[in-house]
Amino acid sequence: MTDTSPTQMPAGPVIKGKLSRDDVLMRGGMIVIALYLIVTLVMPLYVMFSKSLSTYTFQLSQYEFQVSDEDGTFDGTILNAADLNAQVQAYEPSDLNAGSDGRLAVTPLFPEFSFRSPVRYQLRNTVADGRFLVGSTLTEGTEWVELDSNTFRRVQLRPVQARGIDNFVNYFSTPALSNSIKNSLMIAVFSTIVTVALAFGFAYALNRTCMRFKGAFRLIAMMPILVPSLLPGIALVYLFGNQGMLKELLFGASIYGPIGIVVGSVFFTFPHAFLIISTALAISDARLYEAATTLRASPWRTFWTVTIPGARYGLISAAFVVFNLVITDFGLPKVIGGQFNVLAVDIYKQVIGQQNFEMGAVVSVVLVVPAIFAFAIDRLVQSKQVASLSARSVPYQPSPNKNVDRAFFGYCTLIAVFIVGILAVCQFAALIKFWPYDLSLSLKNYQFNKMDGGGWTAYYNSIKLGLLTAVIGTAVVFFGAYLVEKSGGFKTGRAIFQMFAMLPMAIPGMVLGLAYIFFFNNPDNPLNGIYGTMAILVICTVTHFYTVSHLTAVTALKQMDGEFESVSASLKQPTMKLFTRVTVPVCMPSILDISIYLFVNAMTTVSAVVFLYSPTTALASIAVLNMDDAGDIAPAAAMGMMIFYTNAGARIIHMILSRGVLKRTQAWRAR
Amino acid sequence: MNEVTAASPAYLNIENLWKAFGDFHALKDVSLDIGEGEFVCFLGPSGCGKTTLLRAIAGLDLQTKGRVMQAGRDVSNLPPSERDFGIVFQSYALFPNLTIEKNIAFGLENTGRKKPEIDARVSELLEMVGLEEQRKKYPAQLSGGQQQRIALARAIATNPGLLLLDEPLSALDAKVRVFLRHEIKELQRKLGVTTIMVTHDQEEALSMADRIVVINHGRIDQVGTPTEIYRHPATLFVAGFIGDMNQITAKVTDSDNVSFGGAETHCATHAFAPGHDVIVAIRPEDIIPYDAADGVPDADRNTLDVLVTEMEFLGSFWRCRLEHERFGDAELIANMSMNAVRRLDVTEGKRIVVELPKDRVMVFDAAEG
Repeated sequence: MTDTSPTQMPAGPVIKGKLSRDDVLMRGGMIVIALYLIVTLVMPLYVMFSKSLSTYTFQLSQYEFQVSDEDGTFDGTILNAADLNAQVQAYEPSDLNAGSDGRLAVTPLFPEFSFRSPVRYQLRNTVADGRFLVGSTLTEGTEWVELDSNTFRRVQLRPVQARGIDNFVNYFSTPALSNSIKNSLMIAVFSTIVTVALAFGFAYALNRTCMRFKGAFRLIAMMPILVPSLLPGIALVYLFGNQGMLKELLFGASIYGPIGIVVGSVFFTFPHAFLIISTALAISDARLYEAATTLRASPWRTFWTVTIPGARYGLISAAFVVFNLVITDFGLPKVIGGQFNVLAVDIYKQVIGQQNFEMGAVVSVVLVVPAIFAFAIDRLVQSKQVASLSARSVPYQPSPNKNVDRAFFGYCTLIAVFIVGILAVCQFAALIKFWPYDLSLSLKNYQFNKMDGGGWTAYYNSIKLGLLTAVIGTAVVFFGAYLVEKSGGFKTGRAIFQMFAMLPMAIPGMVLGLAYIFFFNNPDNPLNGIYGTMAILVICTVTHFYTVSHLTAVTALKQMDGEFESVSASLKQPTMKLFTRVTVPVCMPSILDISIYLFVNAMTTVSAVVFLYSPTTALASIAVLNMDDAGDIAPAAAMGMMIFYTNAGARIIHMILSRGVLKRTQAWRAR
Repeated sequence: MNEVTAASPAYLNIENLWKAFGDFHALKDVSLDIGEGEFVCFLGPSGCGKTTLLRAIAGLDLQTKGRVMQAGRDVSNLPPSERDFGIVFQSYALFPNLTIEKNIAFGLENTGRKKPEIDARVSELLEMVGLEEQRKKYPAQLSGGQQQRIALARAIATNPGLLLLDEPLSALDAKVRVFLRHEIKELQRKLGVTTIMVTHDQEEALSMADRIVVINHGRIDQVGTPTEIYRHPATLFVAGFIGDMNQITAKVTDSDNVSFGGAETHCATHAFAPGHDVIVAIRPEDIIPYDAADGVPDADRNTLDVLVTEMEFLGSFWRCRLEHERFGDAELIANMSMNAVRRLDVTEGKRIVVELPKDRVMVFDAAEG
């Protein structure tokens, strides 16, 4: 055949596909959800970062005064505030740095000032955008304002905003602040090493030995997920605190500080590490062990050459997840950190304690760096783990070995005692009258309405938040994941969406919460109305836990045949029909998993919402924090255990529901 | 069946299709006309662009350049939902949570059909594919071949003008595959629906297609009936891809002769200039064995005195490896019938005479390979 066809594609326009109604619908939906993420995540973070670069200083040189004699006559002498301060040394240079709300009185510049004197004063801004307050009236412009002495004492200067890295310079040159970086890293590294080591042993026992009661151990290992991270702190106070039952075991060391934080962190991060490592160990290939045996490798050698390399991605991933959880955690160091400062608590102290929002933003930026770093490495490792197991792999079946099984049983029992013990101490503390003087049982610690923190309303608010987050969050996340996974073309849009969806994982809760204050509490923001309502708590929580939910949904959707949409389109059926009749039912197990994940986290989260609740929307987890803060430790423990039981109940309902749904919609799975 | 060619009014016109993935061109200036009711196979090795072409026809992945006309309508840039076709994928893509009947009814809903009408159509289709008793079952409860037939029934439920089959049989066992080949072909003939099937299996293409489109590196190498493709491959690629082929490098002597190994061989008439480097090719089954005792055939014929070095029994015939000094290190492979082997008493190590029939000796440009 003579080849006459051209070898180069002719120039000219590329064919542009006409969009079907479904395409338009799906792209529209994707844009709506992307906008949601922009408004609830990207914009608040942007505002926060720019806040960290905002500095406020009092520019004394921008104000001028005239002082009259006792008769009220001005002689025309104009005094500059900067010169006055240079004479009388009323303010140190550091006094002139301020927050956005800073106010500076002017009377200290006039040593002979008395509010009873008949002397009159005039003042003005020398620049057009200068500002000062007379009482609560803001005065701008360069006109002279004349005031009597009594009014003059109510004059306050307002700071001038500028951009720069002064806040960061200030932060790093204040050891009291920047020490927290070292502290946070130290705590995170220690907790990571201990948790990963302990969790590996536990996961190994469950996957690779013939130990008994594996089901019970697995259940116990997952319990800490159901409580706020600060609950182990309360238990540790009871055990090792100033009046602790086991205080002597510390040989004089204090539980308030790094020891307490590490022990508590091990408790609340254990299930996360255990789950990841357990998955890695569960998928190993028995053929490698058979090969090792035929090569007469010792068990020790097999462990280091087969087991550890096989689980290495799991171990690395677990390490970075734990590191991230610990370094961003706020509740636990707040309860048991004592004088030991860490970054997450610093944000809280700066914002709530000192009302220094700019410095809070600076600490947030500092905290985001290691969090993003840990997150990025974890993602990198996870992407490498794919396909480590081929379809031909043979699952490993452990064989009984009395001594080994007994040793691991002992080990797991110790861990289980630790976990159950922490919870039991909390429950015990909640039920006794007055530790340690009156150990009789009572329910008085459950009379939450008699304490600060929001009372039972807080508890019901939490349930409401949990349910709303579960329902709305699951809908948004799953629909968003579907659109991004299954719509054709529109590559850039989808890539940007994916990026937005991954971002929340890297943003610590404290940072997100603070960013929300900056963004939503701004009166100029049209969404300002949701500030202080349940809506902002729901939005914040959905966004905070978006990534894991999104990944769960994406994994489920990836297992669906990629040609369903093509078939449906060829049959001229709307994609939404396919979505409701096939996609959602087939993915129902994952959808339920996402909702229980969101519910449990909404019940236990403290970090993001601590900045956002209002008196009417107090939450149970916040109540635990506040009651503990107020010294009502027993009621705090009681409320913490209420969260535990609620979450346990929710999990049971979730299990029953899952089974029912599986039976009804997944009948096809049975052969 | 072979009469359905571009001569009858074309149902589908593909004009100068290009598909670019960055710098890589998966389709290069592909043009093709397909007649109404025709069964066409796109055949080629994996990665040749045949599935890309099918997906462009369906509108699932639009071509970069070029035009697709279906039934006189320009569908080049239309989304799949605005075209008129049914499709069966290699994975079948049956909805796992819907019963067989619901799967088939999926495309019949929202089309203005009433419920009894849909039920009747579903029953009709189930009967057509012979799976009426399975209607309440879920896809996972059926065998691969049954699932395949359900996917087919679903694709034709709405009577589309065009049926697209993307490697529909490659996930099945060899036995089921042969059975379904026949069944699909029957169904297609009965419905008269224009059908395009993508396959990499030459046997499938040869046995089912009215016309085969051989695609290589994004270009159409040859379009023709199965016998045309097999007997008169247009390129060396087609010759080698479909069926077995002995290949020897040679030089052109004149329009009817080539030379290799120091002697001349008659060949089918060709257009290459004398001295041109070519590849001569002959199929193993075209080589005819002779009994030397019968006397040497006509001097004008290509006869060779060869040594049988190895014989392989393949059930219905023997595959023999033949040696001759003109081939150098290469061997000639000949398929000989049981009969011939018995009659001529061919055994390993024996010398026999074979003929390479002149009109079966094909000549291709060596530069192509």
